[in-house]
Amino acid sequence: MKFTRFLTLSIAAIGLSVSANAADLRVGLKSEPSSIDPHYHNLGPNNGFATHIFGQLVGSDENQQHYPDLAVSWKPINETTWEFKLRKGVKWHDGSNFNADDVMFTVDRAQNVPNSPSSFVTYLKGKTFSKVDDYTIHVKTEKPYPLMPNDLSTVKIISATVGKGATTEDYNSGKATIGTGPYKFVEWVPGDRIVLKRNDSYHGAKATFDNVIFKPIKAGPARISALLAGDVDFIDNVPPLDVARLKSDKNVQLSSGPSNRVIYLHMDQFRENSPHITAKDGSPIKNPLMDVRVRKAISLSINRDAIVSRVMEGIAVKAGQLLPAGFHGVSPNMKADPYDTKMAKKLMAEAGYPDGFKMTIHGPNDRYINDAKIAEALAQMLNRVGIAASVETMPKAVYFKRASRGGPNKSPEFSFMLLGWGAGSGEASSPLKALLHTYDKSKGLGAANRGRHSDAEVDKLVKKALATVDSDARGKLLAQATEKAVGENYGVIPMHYQVNTWAAKAGYKYLPRTDERTIVTGLSGN
Amino acid sequence: MTSFILTRSFQSIIVLFVMSLIVFAGVNLVGDPVDMLINPEADQMEIDRVIRELGLDRPVSEQYWYFVVNAFQGDLGRSFIFGEPALKLIIQRMPATMELALFSLFMAVVFGIPLGVYAGLKPESKVSRTIMAGSILGFSMPTFWVGIILIMFFSVSLGWLPSTGRGEVATYFGVTSSIFTLDGLSHLFLPAFNLALFKLSSVIRLARAGTREVILQDYIKFARAKGVSETRVVRVHVLKNIMIPVVTIIGLEFGSLIAFSTVTETVFAWPGMGKLIIDSIYNLDRPIIVAYLMIIVVIFVTLNLIVDILYSVLDPRVRIKGVS
Repeated sequence: MKFTRFLTLSIAAIGLSVSANAADLRVGLKSEPSSIDPHYHNLGPNNGFATHIFGQLVGSDENQQHYPDLAVSWKPINETTWEFKLRKGVKWHDGSNFNADDVMFTVDRAQNVPNSPSSFVTYLKGKTFSKVDDYTIHVKTEKPYPLMPNDLSTVKIISATVGKGATTEDYNSGKATIGTGPYKFVEWVPGDRIVLKRNDSYHGAKATFDNVIFKPIKAGPARISALLAGDVDFIDNVPPLDVARLKSDKNVQLSSGPSNRVIYLHMDQFRENSPHITAKDGSPIKNPLMDVRVRKAISLSINRDAIVSRVMEGIAVKAGQLLPAGFHGVSPNMKADPYDTKMAKKLMAEAGYPDGFKMTIHGPNDRYINDAKIAEALAQMLNRVGIAASVETMPKAVYFKRASRGGPNKSPEFSFMLLGWGAGSGEASSPLKALLHTYDKSKGLGAANRGRHSDAEVDKLVKKALATVDSDARGKLLAQATEKAVGENYGVIPMHYQVNTWAAKAGYKYLPRTDERTIVTGLSGN
Repeated sequence: MTSFILTRSFQSIIVLFVMSLIVFAGVNLVGDPVDMLINPEADQMEIDRVIRELGLDRPVSEQYWYFVVNAFQGDLGRSFIFGEPALKLIIQRMPATMELALFSLFMAVVFGIPLGVYAGLKPESKVSRTIMAGSILGFSMPTFWVGIILIMFFSVSLGWLPSTGRGEVATYFGVTSSIFTLDGLSHLFLPAFNLALFKLSSVIRLARAGTREVILQDYIKFARAKGVSETRVVRVHVLKNIMIPVVTIIGLEFGSLIAFSTVTETVFAWPGMGKLIIDSIYNLDRPIIVAYLMIIVVIFVTLNLIVDILYSVLDPRVRIKGVS
């Protein structure tokens, strides 16, 4: 029969296709980068992928600690100037030499990519770059600026000669895709694959694999079955539900580690009458979330252990502040609040709500790991202390607009929100600046402060930290600010830190990254 | 005939126009693409810059006006996410979807018609009952689930067929497709079968119903009485007469195979248009959504036209008139 012949042919074809070189790696990625141009789209998947091909002045390792990459050293030489000494002898993929002109070209281009949906202006504005000699760069700011290495760790350096006049299309096609990274670009077939090969003249440790093929596989079950079927060797974003099953599989090696992403609750602290809160009989009441005792009661009524073990299948770490231990600016004194409904009820009564109130929890259902389930569990827990909470979740495409500016005059629409924050810069200044500093459009502070928490002392501490170049002193200020804003004020309520899981076939091991990125130099083979 | 095609084309333009209005209004009601695009660490100034750059600060009517003006010049807008022309991105992925749709249509017809005719000729036999029961399953099982089961069985357990992606492509007669290589075919088989299953079931049921009806007609009795061989009766008299509903369904379903292969493409990570549209909807890449739906409308209108013309070829009683 035709069918059987076809089947035999197909089987024969498989035999041919699995004979790929053992030193090749096939990766199943959840999110495909939207471009190969390293300056086009400032977003996680793009920035992570670009690290294979391009270098940056300051490298960021799996724990977001800095290491010298294209710059060998950096230090502030006066209050407002940083000096970067560049690495000598670095070769571009086309064989030419790297020097300060490339850096000068990069910082200009990275701020001026046409049609960029999210640009690097965020990290480059307010900085004046000057070339001192071929291997020295000075960066001046108006005020003392401690986050210089953090900011410059995000910007990939491109070649000035190849990059002149190059468009985003030229990077996507490979025409201008010349970097200094451990892998060279071969081709990108959008939606299908990205192919890289080893750069033998890389200045750092040589890459493990001859060729790397990235395949975008968006659906979780499909990614896992591709790994189990042997069609890929390594996948990212393993859904928590499958972790237990994969753990018992001898052919699979899991790697997981906490991320820099905290899942937290934002509460309306700027409206006397909050739109989604009423008394239990439905009559309007004064916004109870303005009272710190109510916010604390809510935190005490959350059984974080249960959420971690039941909802998250154990793949999360309960949180008491904005970043897990080990990051810069984390307070050593803060722990996750205990589960104490008695105390919570007492606080509610003290605040004048012995009978509780009615409230809607809003959350996304496709953004964070198990986000909708967390919101459901949370509502149950709040009901136990008398807050009649109902849950409304929606796709992130709808949620974030409404959460940020869905209300009148572009104010945040919701009263009580489930959200997450990943500290891209790897220190506590990132969430403090964006989530807890008073919303101030002109200064670019509190940009994601959807509860509009505002406290003069927190603002002062954050501003001071942002102008303190001395690392230890800044760390202390950030810890202090966190203790005040989260520990005392309950400006936000942290729930847990996400844990990310990667899976590789047996014999490989991935060093989990706190920034959630999938970078194959972190994968060691046997 | 010519005036028929002209009238049809004119109607199609109106459909396209109305469709563009509905789609444009629809996508603008939902969310804000900026939140999907921007780095969460960006400050308010950067958010405003992106809103301006994408033209989202303009009223919807003005955005629509620009869209129509550009559309007349063949420009359906630029993807927010990829920064490239939406039309180019869609057309880039069209061959993969076309080959998947055509191959699964081929499977549906090649397996569906013989099975259906057989079930119609011998309605009481065990084999026929099994075929019909199978077709009910094919109808009622969700594509996503079937896809995963196929992968688990053929790729993970048996290791016969690859679970994901498109295989090697080769070019013959100016057509680049993965059906020309063994690797390509092996990658194509599972997703095409997954996509074909539903159509296969419809074709089986239509062919069976048609056969049952036709077999009782006088001309069949007459042919048999005349001593025409059974093979010839089936091949000429039955097959020809059951084709009208089958062609209608195939024509229309081919459109839906192209337009709604999204689920299969997602499960098998097939780099086609369906995967692009579903990602674009999740990320609110409005220009792609609008351009995609425009293209789909054109495809449906064209297919309907072809089906109408095919009718008159298959059944001489159907005459195409200038006014429809």
